[in-house]
Amino acid sequence: MKLSGSEIIIESLKKEGVDYIFGYPGGAVLHIYDALFAAKDIKHVLVRHEQGATHAADGYARACNKPGVVLVTSGPGITNCVTGIATAHMDSIPMIVISGQVSRHYVGSDAFQEADATGITRPICKHNFLINDRESIAETFRKAFIIATTGRPGPVIIDIPKDLTDPNIKINFEYKKNLKIRSYKVKTNESEDKIQDAAKLICSAKKPMIYSGGGVVLSKASAELTKLTKLLNFPITNTLMGLGAYPSSDSQFLGMLGMHGTYEANMAMHNCDVLLAVGARFDDRVTGDTKQFCPKAKIIHIDIDPSSISKIIEVDHSLIGDTKKILKKLISYTSNYKKNIDTVAIDKWWKKINSWQKKKCLSYAKSSKVIKPQAVIESLHKISKGKSFVTSDVGQHQMWVAQYYKFDKPNRWINSGGLGTMGFGLPAAIGAQLAFPKEQVICVTGEASILMCIQELSTCLQYGLPIKVINLNNRYMGMVRQWQEFFYEGRYAMSYMDAIPDFAKLAESFGHIGMVIDNPMNLEKDLTKALSYKNRLVFVDVITDQTENVYPMIVNGKGHHEMHLAPSANEDIELA
Amino acid sequence: MTTIDKRHIISILVENEFGSLSRIAGLFSARGYNIHCLSVAPTSDDSISRMTLVTYCSDAKSSQLMKQLDKLVDVINVKDLTDETHIEREMLLLKVKSTLKQRDELKRLTDIFRARIIDVTDTTYTIELTGPTEKILAFIDSLGKIKIIEQVRSGALGISRGSESLEIKT
Repeated sequence: MKLSGSEIIIESLKKEGVDYIFGYPGGAVLHIYDALFAAKDIKHVLVRHEQGATHAADGYARACNKPGVVLVTSGPGITNCVTGIATAHMDSIPMIVISGQVSRHYVGSDAFQEADATGITRPICKHNFLINDRESIAETFRKAFIIATTGRPGPVIIDIPKDLTDPNIKINFEYKKNLKIRSYKVKTNESEDKIQDAAKLICSAKKPMIYSGGGVVLSKASAELTKLTKLLNFPITNTLMGLGAYPSSDSQFLGMLGMHGTYEANMAMHNCDVLLAVGARFDDRVTGDTKQFCPKAKIIHIDIDPSSISKIIEVDHSLIGDTKKILKKLISYTSNYKKNIDTVAIDKWWKKINSWQKKKCLSYAKSSKVIKPQAVIESLHKISKGKSFVTSDVGQHQMWVAQYYKFDKPNRWINSGGLGTMGFGLPAAIGAQLAFPKEQVICVTGEASILMCIQELSTCLQYGLPIKVINLNNRYMGMVRQWQEFFYEGRYAMSYMDAIPDFAKLAESFGHIGMVIDNPMNLEKDLTKALSYKNRLVFVDVITDQTENVYPMIVNGKGHHEMHLAPSANEDIELA
Repeated sequence: MTTIDKRHIISILVENEFGSLSRIAGLFSARGYNIHCLSVAPTSDDSISRMTLVTYCSDAKSSQLMKQLDKLVDVINVKDLTDETHIEREMLLLKVKSTLKQRDELKRLTDIFRARIIDVTDTTYTIELTGPTEKILAFIDSLGKIKIIEQVRSGALGISRGSESLEIKT
């Protein structure tokens, strides 16, 4: 079969089972767009800004565990993708970004819309390619998909000069699925012995704790994690990225840990004697002060990435490999050693944990005068029966969703954990909604974050995406204001936003339904109404308490046992 | 593991491809390591380059660095030679001022260090010396008041002793 470079790209994507491309056309990719025009099996989603394309592809990947694909032009096309690529990279999300480049004879001449795409993206992606000849296009695409989706996943960029996509030059096309990359190998160290040793150590614990992260979601190991935890009757906490991988409604779940984690999760971390870390990377928002991290614990770490082992916290036992595979083996070995578990000690440990749970650290002062943001999330959870896909932006609203929307399934909670990208939520919701057209997708955002990618409301109209945008509008960049209140004596430097648009009207001007909710007495009724529109995007501007803070909170440089609780719950904090 | 910085000499086999060098150099700058010296050249298989790199860091940091290098898609194999028996060589090209009076002394020093004079003009000598880094430094030190016009060093090259080798893993 003889094909042009552009046709080879499209055929390669088909071979990889790509059904959606998120993109924006421009000079250097017009040949590819022309080939795409003829392709029936791949749908193209036209965003309004390239950043939106990367976040949408990212949201798609997070929702359905398939790589998201982005197509953009050279120069500003690819530079606009930088934030989205870095976002995906920090959270290990598989993504393929195809960027046009100026024709080869122009490369290096400061040509119109020329930018060194591979140079710019090198530190923020898993790998990148600049294709130099037509013959290597197909092979490069196969390599890119292998690299993006295996091992610790991540974004891969393919930069392709325009002349290589010329429709008039055709070459033979062959797609080798079984390609080997000499320099790329997913490394493992799992051996039966090592897993057996880990199982012994786990079953010897008197005060065990399981701490799991996004790696469990990425390796689709939620069922195995749940089975192991149930088998052991051990307490478990999830990181921000791992929420939903273990059902939040289960009694063994202690909530999220870390900076805004629950009292019980953080106290259990601080006091445990054996910690099983699964697909988590000991991020600074999780560990707090590393010198005080799990001071009494032997730590077992399961991860696919060797460089995650002992990077932040020195661990005692590492199992490197696919989380799902390792957990399966661990379950069978643990069944053998289960009889060794000191159930009296475990009961005592649970009693201790129950005493921490009595703090009710997520309780907050209810109000009939002003809408409490936490109440909005609790209502959303109730109305949607906890079954929605929820995307978020970054800040207080993100933490409230993590705390109050009790996710029971993986892939439902879609947020930028590592990079903390404001503007992520709405485009990510586009990706999630396209991946699951029949499911409810809610984007919880704030009035500051939403403005960073507000243009994507136009994309939502074009593709008829019935996303529900819940804007927690406190007229502040809330998390910034909270830090300024705590650490800068209330000097709200540049934090107050005194030029806020009328969001309901703004949404209407984009062709959607705009709503305002400002009465706490009507909150649930109005939210129910907003969520009941089946085929329309509804933008709900919820006017919330301006000065509500996110609690509990561990201040930078403090240990897990040094949490600040909400003022109402602050009495007699028990320190370990 | 010790937290004291020490010298690490690292060998890397890498795909001889566009951008490979900047990926490695970029990793050092992005993660706050310094490159003391670096040399790169193709191997007997010209699709593969071999790098030798010297950096100063703690053992804990170097073990993390090795994992990060290994993680780079272009890197075929990587090895820290520091703690195993290995041989190091570096080459020095040195142009010095040589007045008539200094010529004898320069010739003597060159012989003692088993260096070679490879170019002579009426006012200069250019000397070539190969050896471990300490020898290079000792030679430069021994020149005393003789004026150095230009100094070029290749950076260290390292190879394991005996049958050990840095393999192309497949």
